[in-house]
Amino acid sequence: MSEPKSSLTPAPQHTREGFAKGHVPLLEVRELRKFFPVKRGLLSRVVGHVKAVHDISFSIEKGETLGLVGESGCGKTTAGRTLLRLIEPTSGSIAFRGTELTRLRQAQLRPYRREMQIIFQDPYGSLNPRMTVEQIVGEGLVIHRPDMTNADRRAKVLDLLSRVGLQPASSDRYPHEFSGGQRQRIGIARALAVDPAFIVCDEAVSALDVSVQAQIINLLMDLQAERQLSYLFIAHDLAVVEHISQKVAVMYLGHIVEYAETKDLYSRPRHPYTRALLSAIPRRSPDEHKERKILGGEPPSPINPPPGCPFAPRCPIVRPDCADKLPELLPAGPPGHVVRCPYTDDWDRKLGAEKQAKTQS
Amino acid sequence: MAENNAPLLEVRDLRTYFDTDIGVARAVDGITFSIGAGECVALVGESGCGKSVTSMSIMRLLPTPPARIASGQVLFEGRDLLKCYPDEMCAVRGSRIAMIFQEPQSALNPVFTVGNQVAEAYMVHHPDARPREAWDRALEMLKSVGIPAPEQRAQDYPHQLSGGMKQRICIAMALINQPKLLIADEPTTALDVTIQAQILDLLRSLRNTCNLSLLLITHDLGVVAEMADRTFIMYAGKIVESGTTSEIFAHPLHPYTQGLMRARPDPGSSQRGRRRLAVIPGMVPAATQFKDDCRFRARCPLSAEKCPTEPPLEELRPDHRVACWYAKPEGVLAWESTVIDAQGGS
Repeated sequence: MSEPKSSLTPAPQHTREGFAKGHVPLLEVRELRKFFPVKRGLLSRVVGHVKAVHDISFSIEKGETLGLVGESGCGKTTAGRTLLRLIEPTSGSIAFRGTELTRLRQAQLRPYRREMQIIFQDPYGSLNPRMTVEQIVGEGLVIHRPDMTNADRRAKVLDLLSRVGLQPASSDRYPHEFSGGQRQRIGIARALAVDPAFIVCDEAVSALDVSVQAQIINLLMDLQAERQLSYLFIAHDLAVVEHISQKVAVMYLGHIVEYAETKDLYSRPRHPYTRALLSAIPRRSPDEHKERKILGGEPPSPINPPPGCPFAPRCPIVRPDCADKLPELLPAGPPGHVVRCPYTDDWDRKLGAEKQAKTQS
Repeated sequence: MAENNAPLLEVRDLRTYFDTDIGVARAVDGITFSIGAGECVALVGESGCGKSVTSMSIMRLLPTPPARIASGQVLFEGRDLLKCYPDEMCAVRGSRIAMIFQEPQSALNPVFTVGNQVAEAYMVHHPDARPREAWDRALEMLKSVGIPAPEQRAQDYPHQLSGGMKQRICIAMALINQPKLLIADEPTTALDVTIQAQILDLLRSLRNTCNLSLLLITHDLGVVAEMADRTFIMYAGKIVESGTTSEIFAHPLHPYTQGLMRARPDPGSSQRGRRRLAVIPGMVPAATQFKDDCRFRARCPLSAEKCPTEPPLEELRPDHRVACWYAKPEGVLAWESTVIDAQGGS
């Protein structure tokens, strides 16, 4: 567990302050942007852009987990892949241990690929069915540690397999012989093989059953404690994110709309989208009472996002000027908590009034 | 089942087996449950527990071979569906009992407009209806499931609609013939949490307006807590615990049910600092390897000398049955400190 740092806030003044003190976070992302061109017609003219990731900023310290949450299509997966340069960013900065990654050529990037790994959601699609577990887990070592002898590599792979809870004897079996949870363990072993400092977990537990999901979450947390790993934990399950993350960023239509330490965000969410998201989580038991605000509509298309606040078309507390321009990320409450909404207090007022009206009628 | 009249659907000792190269997979192995008129019943369990095979058996949708219904009765409106001829079954399917699935994308035909598909469901069961009438009924249905601008949306193809909209279309298609029972197999699993809340809300209101019974098949205990009157917990082809939903959540008695409830991340966990989650060690045995013992035995902290014989489903508390030799009405905390720090290996 790492202590909260002052660079929790993505606001530029904080990062500059961080640099002035000589503190360099493990990973610092600033105004990262990825627009996919939309092409039409015979000449493939660009007719628009899918604004998948729109100027997001965050930082991750050593040994820390940042949760990135949002609904499908909000750009969270693109964000994770862009910062590994599996997808090339349109603009913005990705600094890993202070080195700017966006300007590096592929060959120069290779040592950093060893440090930054990814675990995918689909434990079926992400493992090559023609390779044995040993080949899958050892492949990264072949590339990044060419000096390693075959015997050493094999020893390391077997060691990793037992660390993630698989039988070392299963190393010459193929992916189809394993269950979903076991495959996810293979994916974790593969990511760990090259001793990374940072892992993007892209919906790494979403496809698993509850009891297996708990096993994998525990494994990820144990490994983090052991090796001081940092995670970007991308997920749509808010309860899982609360459990595993120290900080959380909420994304909506390519923008970060709220960013805070986990306990602040969950105890006092401020952005209307975050509040609606939390209120949409099903109850834990039939007797639990919950503030419930069912959000109407669906996220708009990221091809032609509405002007102004992206959430305005669905927002229960929208004001006429919300559609004029994108709100800034404003500090709210405890240090490090920022919200892209200037009218957060309206929620309590409006829902309070609604509740009163209901009890009176 | 508070009603004194006969239940709408009664499943008795249903066994659905699959003959495979490596032996007989006893996917559903003697389950009994019932659904009253207007009631919502949840079948809960993890992948491979047989909950979907149960629903497919009720609808007689499983191909034979490899599937075979080894025994049991499915009594619906006074007759045994398992004894119906195929054409009799066609008259029930989609008309008296309808079904919606997890993936609305694959439940819809990509080359027809959604309005066309909803109207077709009506035409199939009303062969004398004029197309115009079916179309009007379809638009009415689309409106009642909350599709905005139904006249325009009816002209759309499935790929033009979002996942939530497609699930609404499937619900419209399922309900156009005013069935008595809707089987919803993981209806919200593929949807985002805000859309899930919308769909659950829709199902809840349709239940009230249409006096619809709902068989909800899910692995998500949160969805169960939101929706179900009664809950059946399945494990490895058997029902291990059943009762009213509030009773089961308040007093889970089977070690598996307790394990499932404890494995969920706790809301508010960030306030208390990071802890390990409670896990159920190991995994579900393969269906071809089921024996006549307690099938949870290998993963169970209470496992002892009686467990090699199968425990009966016994009523330990009012309206609450459990299949465990060592469960007690006052509750035994199966997992107390035994597993929480243990390795979650498999």
